[in-house]
Amino acid sequence: MSYPSSGRQSGSDASQRTGSPGTPAFRAPGEPATRPDGTVPAPVSSAPVAVSAPSPSETDVSPEGPAKTILSAADIARVVDRIAHQILEKTSGAADTILLGVPTRGVPLAHRLAERIHTFEGVTVPVGALDVTLYRDDLRLRGARALGRTELPPGGIDGRRVILIDDVLFSGRTVRAALDALGDLGRPSVVQLAVLVDRGHRELPIRADYVGKNIPTALAENVRVALTETDGVDEVRLLGGVR
Amino acid sequence: MIRHLLSAADLDAGTATMVLDTAAEMAALADREVKKLPTLRGRTVVNLFYEDSTRTRISFEAAAKRLSADVINFSAKGSSVSKGESLKDTALTLQAMGADAVVIRHSASGAPHRLANWIDGTVVNAGDGTHEHPTQALLDAYTMRSRLGRLAGLNVAIVGDVLHSRVARSNVLLLHTLGAKVTLIAPPTLLPVGVDAWPAETSYHLDSVLPDADVVMMLRVQRERMDQAYFPSAREYSRRYGLDVARMRRLPEHAIVMHPGPMNRGMEITPEVADSPRSTIVEQVANGVSVRMAVLYLLLGGKA
Repeated sequence: MSYPSSGRQSGSDASQRTGSPGTPAFRAPGEPATRPDGTVPAPVSSAPVAVSAPSPSETDVSPEGPAKTILSAADIARVVDRIAHQILEKTSGAADTILLGVPTRGVPLAHRLAERIHTFEGVTVPVGALDVTLYRDDLRLRGARALGRTELPPGGIDGRRVILIDDVLFSGRTVRAALDALGDLGRPSVVQLAVLVDRGHRELPIRADYVGKNIPTALAENVRVALTETDGVDEVRLLGGVR
Repeated sequence: MIRHLLSAADLDAGTATMVLDTAAEMAALADREVKKLPTLRGRTVVNLFYEDSTRTRISFEAAAKRLSADVINFSAKGSSVSKGESLKDTALTLQAMGADAVVIRHSASGAPHRLANWIDGTVVNAGDGTHEHPTQALLDAYTMRSRLGRLAGLNVAIVGDVLHSRVARSNVLLLHTLGAKVTLIAPPTLLPVGVDAWPAETSYHLDSVLPDADVVMMLRVQRERMDQAYFPSAREYSRRYGLDVARMRRLPEHAIVMHPGPMNRGMEITPEVADSPRSTIVEQVANGVSVRMAVLYLLLGGKA
């Protein structure tokens, strides 16, 4: 479930994850992605960031073009710790709260947050997964694709605080789809949103309650989140650039 | 990507597995409060049924409606077909009305293939003559996978009127693609010419096959298609090729009994077997909706 971010096509958040070309419908999940575009690194603007530690900015040339590491494994760990603390703070101890990860990478992030929350305060927060593919507004543009898992914790979502977890917040369309999906699954008392990276360029009036890092990007750029659980390594990189 | 689903042979192993995986996610919908997805909003699905059908038509209708598509049901009876309208003219009429997908059941083998050449939309074969019924094969494979956990390496016995069975043809093709081993068991008169070219074994003796079978699929004896005597008497057929309790006991403990329906109770299957916990007959109907949702989603979901 990943597509290139070539210009301002009415994009989705998911499109910024791994950036594979086109959309052959019937493409199996996890198929290797190739991306021949993007040759010049874009200037990364120096906007305020929400991370305590400064990120190392090594530039290397990957098969997809020049890449710049924005968050290292240690940065990601610190960001997850901080969001876990913020959730505890904002929800008065995470009572009656469930974390719903949006596949693919939102799910391992949700599990990490739940684990950190448990470590900090001994509270067990139920974790689930919410696949939004069937609620997307860009299916016609990009073709039918394999579905992710939807798994709700026992007891469902009725009357509880649901925190949606995703890796990248971009157009906001994934979140819109997730809100529609939630409406069909029950009636949460509150819905909040936590993302690892907010890269801007919203196309809908949506904002996150918990943000790991704000990364100002150009539309032609591509934010790629890698997590150990899905990609074997923890890393957030910025790919592509001016074309 | 495939545009139409006309034959089980259109599906390679990867695509077929994707349909089954998608169906597994669709099945979760049945437990939800709101059994509806917005995925095919504004798309029109026409059920074009030239032959009688209960479960397939209802199943396709339910699948399309759960995906929010608009459904138009057409049955040959009571339509202009009885005034002599040809399939092509009917197809062009549907095209003009903006059908995005046509689900067709027809008594002539190959009718869906012809239709696919005439219209722009997607064509789904819901059974053509004695040729194929790919969504039935998909739901059978789905049922086997959910009951037995896998498909590769399974021994599947398909018993009965193979000659007239589109279900058998589609199942042989799909199960072969997915790595199961199929044995067709029927009297010699009910095996089609050229069956040796199929990717399946054949046998005339049910009893010798049962001890190794993981799945036994009983086929209905299609009397409406029989223009001559294929076996001496119904009683003799039933004795040699019917599944009764005694025969069911010879199956391995985990084996399941399937039937695509409609059943002739007492002919190819006894009521005790049909209603036993090993029988997946009702489950197959429920799975049919999930599998057809998956097929409609994958064929139509991405189309502009």
